Amino acid sequence: MSKADLDKLVAQFPQAIVSSHSNMGDDTAVVTVPALKDVMRYLRDTAGFDFLVSVTAVDFFGREPRFEVVYHLRSMATGNRLRIKAPVHEEEGGPVAEVATVSDLWPTANWQEREVYDMFGIKFTDHPDLRRILMYEEFVGHPLRKDYPKEQRQPLIRRDYSLS
Amino acid sequence: MSMTTQSKTGLKTLAFGMPTPDEIASGGSHGLSARPKLPPDLMSKLNAADLEEVEDIELPTEPMTINMGPSHPATHGTVRIVLTIDGETVRDSDVQVGYLHRCFEKEAEYATYTQVFPYTDRLNYVSPLLNNVGFALAVEKLLGIVDRLPERAQYIRVIIGEISRITDHLTCLGASAMEVGGFTPFLWMIKAREWLWELLEELTGARLTHSYVRIGGVSQDLPEHFIEKLRATLQKSTSVIGECESLLVKNRIFRDRMDGVATMSAEDAIAMGWTGPCLRSTGVPYDVRKDHPYLVYDRFEFDVPVGSVGDNYDRFAVRLEEIRQSMRILDQAMKQIPAGPVLLDDPRVAMPAKNAVYNTIESMIGHFKLVIDGIKVPAGEVYSYTEGGNGELGFYIVSDGTGRPYRCHVRSPSFIITQSMSKLILGAGIADIIPTFGMINMIGGECDR
Repeated sequence: MSKADLDKLVAQFPQAIVSSHSNMGDDTAVVTVPALKDVMRYLRDTAGFDFLVSVTAVDFFGREPRFEVVYHLRSMATGNRLRIKAPVHEEEGGPVAEVATVSDLWPTANWQEREVYDMFGIKFTDHPDLRRILMYEEFVGHPLRKDYPKEQRQPLIRRDYSLS
Repeated sequence: MSMTTQSKTGLKTLAFGMPTPDEIASGGSHGLSARPKLPPDLMSKLNAADLEEVEDIELPTEPMTINMGPSHPATHGTVRIVLTIDGETVRDSDVQVGYLHRCFEKEAEYATYTQVFPYTDRLNYVSPLLNNVGFALAVEKLLGIVDRLPERAQYIRVIIGEISRITDHLTCLGASAMEVGGFTPFLWMIKAREWLWELLEELTGARLTHSYVRIGGVSQDLPEHFIEKLRATLQKSTSVIGECESLLVKNRIFRDRMDGVATMSAEDAIAMGWTGPCLRSTGVPYDVRKDHPYLVYDRFEFDVPVGSVGDNYDRFAVRLEEIRQSMRILDQAMKQIPAGPVLLDDPRVAMPAKNAVYNTIESMIGHFKLVIDGIKVPAGEVYSYTEGGNGELGFYIVSDGTGRPYRCHVRSPSFIITQSMSKLILGAGIADIIPTFGMINMIGGECDR
């Protein structure tokens, strides 16, 4: 349905697009992390994908790059959809990987990026308010990572009862 | 954020006994000032013959932080809102969700595809069947069997889905009416919801946690006389909904609480990722059933109601009209539903018949493999979306070729709409929070997953 959009995107950013495919009607482009912001800005402003449907991530533990941040876009005018994936390396010497935020392009990304940070530990640079959202502040680790055991329990303790 | 207002009296003390940060720092009277400090010349002014001067005295105010929730009697959802208020006006707020987080996405990675259904029941728990259908369609898309689903199963999915949508909207409207003081519409709407839930109980065996849908169809056929009963129930419900509408739309108190409160523009709604009745209230006619038809929705005639202003009343009216449109769809579906199987006849997906399991070794092995290993879904990724009670309910599933999802993400409409809460209540009164929160219909189970 939006194969034409995908082809246009690939022609526009030949260096930034690592690969692209259309499976089961889902058109996907894999974009390098440094170029992600430019691609997303182009998609919103020029290609008409004005609706950010969802932001999420996948942990391919044991594979390099380990994470993939996944964006789903929709154009409100044409109804076309597009999936953008950004492979994220786990940083050497630190557990945290970083991607540029798109919350300034689509405000809806704010909480969704917070959720990805909470669940996977992927940091979004320049995010206005990168806090945990579903888990509590004292929680240690990122539960949706494949190396976080499902059975692991943590005491739910809040020592700081101050407001805000 | 400093919001200190310099009053005419030059006083920086808070109005109602709240200590200033300086007082707290100095530890004066254990950090709490016992009494409100009034302007020193207030009493002399009060005694003055000329009282007009008193009217000029501004009550010195300063923003105050209060906590609403997580367990607040007037909000039907577990959410904590940290409010910064200036008098009655909300100056800033921090909406904190996650109190109902049940690790849906983590649990789903350890369950077979069939075992995920009970978890989806508990996402939007006032319309569980819509979640069942949404998840089933995602897995079926990945399996490549969407086109081969039995026709009767598709119709049953539409019927149960639309019943669930009606119960979803009835809960939302009824509860919101109650929260702004209308108790009768609440009882009547819940009564109508109960009739529908009784029907679903007869069909699935449970009032709320149905787990009725299966990959490749539904678990069992409609019971005898289900269609007749549904038709009678819908007729009863229509009159109840009409009565509730007449109680609310011309109700001065209800309208005053709803009209023009928490307005959202279409551009902002799209930027904030709104979908469903909330987005349609701003005038954008986006409905997944219409724009990307799934199942057999392209065979029905129905309208997509849209609002004009995007305030609470529009969100109320859109939902009310959607109940009627759902009834229209049900009406047509009940007429068109064909006879036939309700589960895809494919041994890779559907359980073999019980009789065959007991009497043939192949079926017994097939049964065993499906129960223990789960349905083998080819490796790949899929994003499938349906119109849930609150908007676009999407499932992003990554499969590694085994019987369990490698990753199962839910695009929950509630979560994304709740994000706008801060924006909606900015500058509104405290009392406006309740109908606003009711009308965005935050469902804890879906929001926090």
